[in-house]
Amino acid sequence: MNSIWRYVVNHLVTGLAVLSTVIVIVPLVAILAYLLYKGASSLNLAFFTHIPAPVGEPGGGMANSMVGSAIVLALASLMGIPVGIAAGVYLAEYGQGKVLAMAVRFTADVLNGIPSIVMGISAYSLIVIQQGHFSAFAGGVALAIMMVPTITRTTEEMLMTVPHAIREAALGLGVPKWRTVLSVSLRTASPGIITGCMLAFARVAGETAPLLFTAFGNQFWSFKLNEPIAALPLQIYVYAISPYDEWHRLAWAGALVLILMIMVSVTLVRIYAGRGALKGAS
Amino acid sequence: MGVGINVEHLNAWYGTNHTLQDINLNIPANHATALIGPSGCGKSTFVRCLNRMHETNPIARATGVVKMGEVDIYKDASPVDIRRRVGMVFQRPNPFPTMSIYDNVASGLKLNGFRHKAILDETVERSLKAAALWEEVKDELKKKSGASLSGGQQQRMCIARALAVDPEVLLMDEPASALDPVSTSKIEDLIFQLKSQYTIVIVTHNMQQAARVAENTGFFLNGKMVEFNSTDKIFTTPKDKRTEDYITGRFG
Amino acid sequence: MTTRIKFQQSLDDLKERLLMMAGMSEQAIQRSIEAYRTRDLSICELVFRAEPAINRLEREIDQLALDLLAMEQPMAIDLRFILSVIRINADLERVGDQAVNIAVRVREMGAFANIDLPVDIPKLASLASSMVRKALQAFIEGDAEMAQSVLTLDDQVDEMNDAAFSTLSTLIKEKPELTPQSLNALIIARNLERVGDHATNIAEDVIFWVRGADVRHRSGAA
Repeated sequence: MNSIWRYVVNHLVTGLAVLSTVIVIVPLVAILAYLLYKGASSLNLAFFTHIPAPVGEPGGGMANSMVGSAIVLALASLMGIPVGIAAGVYLAEYGQGKVLAMAVRFTADVLNGIPSIVMGISAYSLIVIQQGHFSAFAGGVALAIMMVPTITRTTEEMLMTVPHAIREAALGLGVPKWRTVLSVSLRTASPGIITGCMLAFARVAGETAPLLFTAFGNQFWSFKLNEPIAALPLQIYVYAISPYDEWHRLAWAGALVLILMIMVSVTLVRIYAGRGALKGAS
Repeated sequence: MGVGINVEHLNAWYGTNHTLQDINLNIPANHATALIGPSGCGKSTFVRCLNRMHETNPIARATGVVKMGEVDIYKDASPVDIRRRVGMVFQRPNPFPTMSIYDNVASGLKLNGFRHKAILDETVERSLKAAALWEEVKDELKKKSGASLSGGQQQRMCIARALAVDPEVLLMDEPASALDPVSTSKIEDLIFQLKSQYTIVIVTHNMQQAARVAENTGFFLNGKMVEFNSTDKIFTTPKDKRTEDYITGRFG
Repeated sequence: MTTRIKFQQSLDDLKERLLMMAGMSEQAIQRSIEAYRTRDLSICELVFRAEPAINRLEREIDQLALDLLAMEQPMAIDLRFILSVIRINADLERVGDQAVNIAVRVREMGAFANIDLPVDIPKLASLASSMVRKALQAFIEGDAEMAQSVLTLDDQVDEMNDAAFSTLSTLIKEKPELTPQSLNALIIARNLERVGDHATNIAEDVIFWVRGADVRHRSGAA
């Protein structure tokens, strides 16, 4: 009697778990399917190589947005990753029990929770107003600040997983502390830290609000950091709220490209982290 | 060649805990000295004061004089200098997981900026031979990760790593406690061979090991050094009743 | 609540067996001297029949000591104790052998006329056996002072033996017809002197155990 009951409960719970998983996956699949449906037809070579056509004219593409996104993200990474890693290193290796460390950690947590539009407005007041114009640089700064908390926290956690014993081994060999941090702690934790950076990158790749007031967007090619620049999420937003069908069509295509980009980068993170975890732990 | 170590009025604290109380000791050069005592008696703390690793803990401090040869290691030298003259092998093998066997053994030199390839090659080979590990790993030095060896091999590699920087003193904190009897024997034989070139201090809770390996033995209890004498006298005719109780296993 | 209870019990067991051995050896000596005094051959028989038991016990004690050395890794005082037990064991067995030798001599003497010889064998015997008893008492109590005092008694035994030797040698020259009895008595005196030596060894082993000092082969007190 007891074993029949257990059998039933077992399968019931298993069924519920499967059902929950399906419920979670369904929206993702639905979004993807819908985007494919709406946007795939607009993907052609022109889409990836041309800038937007003037209003009313058919054709055109979002090439400048994709390049612009790449530039802004590169700027954000160049600024955000070193700062984030440095903060993480400080917290894990130098900051035990210090008040400054508590302040840094608190700041990171708060920054993490700030809505992205507030980030954008802050960057607007701090940089755009001072410089007098929108710029790729300002966009990069806004996104960099958003990357820092994630990278800091991941770096700190990964460094904490480095066994204290190997730090001691290096110190015992007469290696100065800074060199120990660099060549032993960071090197051992690097797969995890890189994963953290990629995750932060994937997260800000799709952010629109911070770029509204900083990069601002640009209909034309722009490679100068001091000028407004196009970005994919920004462009999608502008097209989506416009009254033109042609632009709506492009927006769908752009959204599809964006989500595919994010999916690819997350997959890459998983593959790299999988390999990296084995290497780091052995 | 090894140097002798002279300790006078060494006191050490972890925060408010007075871990070592007025230790006075003379460790002779080119001999193996064992330190025995129950858990928490301070022998590991003592050894960590000899290479200034004790102070890597933020709440730790030490006072007193520790002289290695003519050098007062607290007054006349920096911690980094001292740790290059004093090698340390820990209780659990701690190879650098991201480095190959070669890089592990050479790490003491490489991480301090030394790059001369021919000398590094020769040093790695010499150290692995001294640690009785060369034959087992010579074909896979750069291919295998340091962490992929067995426990006993890892510990011997850590010994090779410590020897590669050519220290004068080798500190070993329970080096064989995590190993099986065969590996333990190999390491004890190793210590026996190394004695003639280095001064060795070995902390062990295994009295039979101290008896097998060391010419002199010091018995620590509750932060004090109770008795220090040649090993055969300590184990056949100890002077202090506390020493006798400990080594005959009679407590309570 | 002390540790190593099993080991302590084994050590106590070892001590008890050794004391049993001591009792048997002592009894053998007493019997052999009684046989000499009374020339009673049945007492000699008793001595002969008791000997195998002494030998068996010697083997048991050695085996137990060996096992303890191998299994318990004794150190310091425990190690010295077991080593002393092994040595005392051997000395006690030899004491038993000497008793047998004396009994053999007594039986030989039985074939000849019973005369009073001018040597006080019983006195020598009493001194020798009291040395053994004192050495064993020192062992029981772990008393190095008592053991020390045994060492000085050996000189007396040696003197008495030497005196017996010269007395009996003279007797043989003067009255050759008494040679068989004299020779046997001489040998008995020698055997008793050996018993004294064994008692000295036992005392030295006790001192080694208690003090950790090796006082063997020194003339006089240490």
